[in-house]
Amino acid sequence: MVRVLIPTGALGLAYDRAALARGVANRPDIIAVDGGSTDSGPSYLGRGVSKYSRATTKAEWRDLMLARAEAGVPLVIGTAGTCGADSAVDWLFEITRELAEELGQKVKVARLYSGQSPDTIAAAMRAGRVTPLSGAPLADEDLVRSCTNIVALAGVEQIRAALDTGADIVIAGRTTDTAIIAALPIARNCDAGGAWHGAKVGECGALATTNPASGVIQIDFDERGFTLEPLGATARATPYTVSAHMLYENTDPYILHEPGGHLDVAASRYIALDDRRVRVEGSVWVPGRYTVKLEGARVAGYQVVSLTLLRDRRYVANARAWAEDIARRCREVAVDRTGLAEAEFTIEMRLVGQDATLGPLETGRTVPVEVGVLAIVTAPTEAQAVEIGKILNPYLLHHALTEDEPMPTFAFPFSPAEMARGAGYEFCLHHVMALDDPMAAFRLQVSEVGHG
Amino acid sequence: MAELGAIVQKVRSKNAGPFWLTVDVFCGSREVFARVSGALETARVAALYGVAEADVRRFDIADLDVVKFSFPRPTVQGTAADRDMHGAAWAVLLEEMEIG
Repeated sequence: MVRVLIPTGALGLAYDRAALARGVANRPDIIAVDGGSTDSGPSYLGRGVSKYSRATTKAEWRDLMLARAEAGVPLVIGTAGTCGADSAVDWLFEITRELAEELGQKVKVARLYSGQSPDTIAAAMRAGRVTPLSGAPLADEDLVRSCTNIVALAGVEQIRAALDTGADIVIAGRTTDTAIIAALPIARNCDAGGAWHGAKVGECGALATTNPASGVIQIDFDERGFTLEPLGATARATPYTVSAHMLYENTDPYILHEPGGHLDVAASRYIALDDRRVRVEGSVWVPGRYTVKLEGARVAGYQVVSLTLLRDRRYVANARAWAEDIARRCREVAVDRTGLAEAEFTIEMRLVGQDATLGPLETGRTVPVEVGVLAIVTAPTEAQAVEIGKILNPYLLHHALTEDEPMPTFAFPFSPAEMARGAGYEFCLHHVMALDDPMAAFRLQVSEVGHG
Repeated sequence: MAELGAIVQKVRSKNAGPFWLTVDVFCGSREVFARVSGALETARVAALYGVAEADVRRFDIADLDVVKFSFPRPTVQGTAADRDMHGAAWAVLLEEMEIG
């Protein structure tokens, strides 16, 4: 039996400390925590940075390093620093080094790097080893070379290699959400279907229980399946909460693709052991070709945004026409004064209070008391975006619906009215790459930090 | 006729990676599941989200009383055209849809 303690769905999300202490007292074999996902958008991968505060990350990682020392078992984090780029791994390594010094711990740290050089991916593309997944954008070698970061998602083989170094702490770059949880059970010959399924259910911490905010759960893996037990005082797992978790962020509720095969839960059986623990058996692992998923992000222009508030009833009622008239006039002015062609930049007006969330798909129709006009300029360079943002300024402040009315003035909440957002990034890979050796695309570095 | 959101327990939408969206309708009971599963036409859901019906994957999961739809995101996550980074707001379109 292998017991995996999962403190939270993601480092930085907070968790119940009393529940973590219960988990440590239950003598786990490993502590596994996720550090990120693509869910917060392409900017984090594009820049190779974490979305969470360094101070929060350090405070939570401190607790987990103390829990590791007390339990005397490895601590593993996957997709470190939100995106799992090499720079994010190094960011968490630096935090780990500081904490080891501060806590008086001497620890062996294995860093697993998932970053890919554009040249390597371009060569793999030429060799026919890169295949698009359903819904993938068109990608060629030029696009690959334009990425600021490319990562491959590691599976259990690479996490196992990191654990086999004898590391106390494994800081992994991009991994699948499940790999850090499934790795040790699979290495110790637990049922592979049960290992992957339990890992999928557990990857969001207590999300698959009645009290998601409690965070902490433990999963016992064995040769026939797994048993999930929430450690929050009031959290309960039921066959419904556990089986329904396969729906979450997953296109197919029965199938989960992983490096080297897929999980099939169509025949899984969910049994309530009592009112808070659930046993699952009958999940099937179907081996296949060894591929790893690729993610890449690149700069897609620079943005400047501004917010103008319309409160006058007549302008609220005619907000769309007013905003589009301004955008049309400013496009002409921008072409005239910046030298950009109209196809090289965009001015978009989103009406907050009307349809900013859903755009053309919006079906609701009520007249709001006020409208926020979110103007979004996207241009090839930051300087050009800033210029166009400033061209918009006088129109947003004073543009009248008709020529024969006194000049209106609208509400700007800020000075300056425009905010430069810097580079906007986009995800541009949704592909898998075939590997002969799972470690071929990954690198391990082991070091000792701290003193004890 | 009724708004879907008024008769089911919850409608949830979420990214399934940057390029796909998945929408789960938790019906809450066998009776509501039977009604929703029968009355909710895939073609209407496709039209609501502006995607081709052929691209919509549908799962009617009796064990969970859930009807699930997965389709390519109406806009790719995080592009300049995207309005909802996590894809969670799209659920309201189904929630507010009238069904028989």
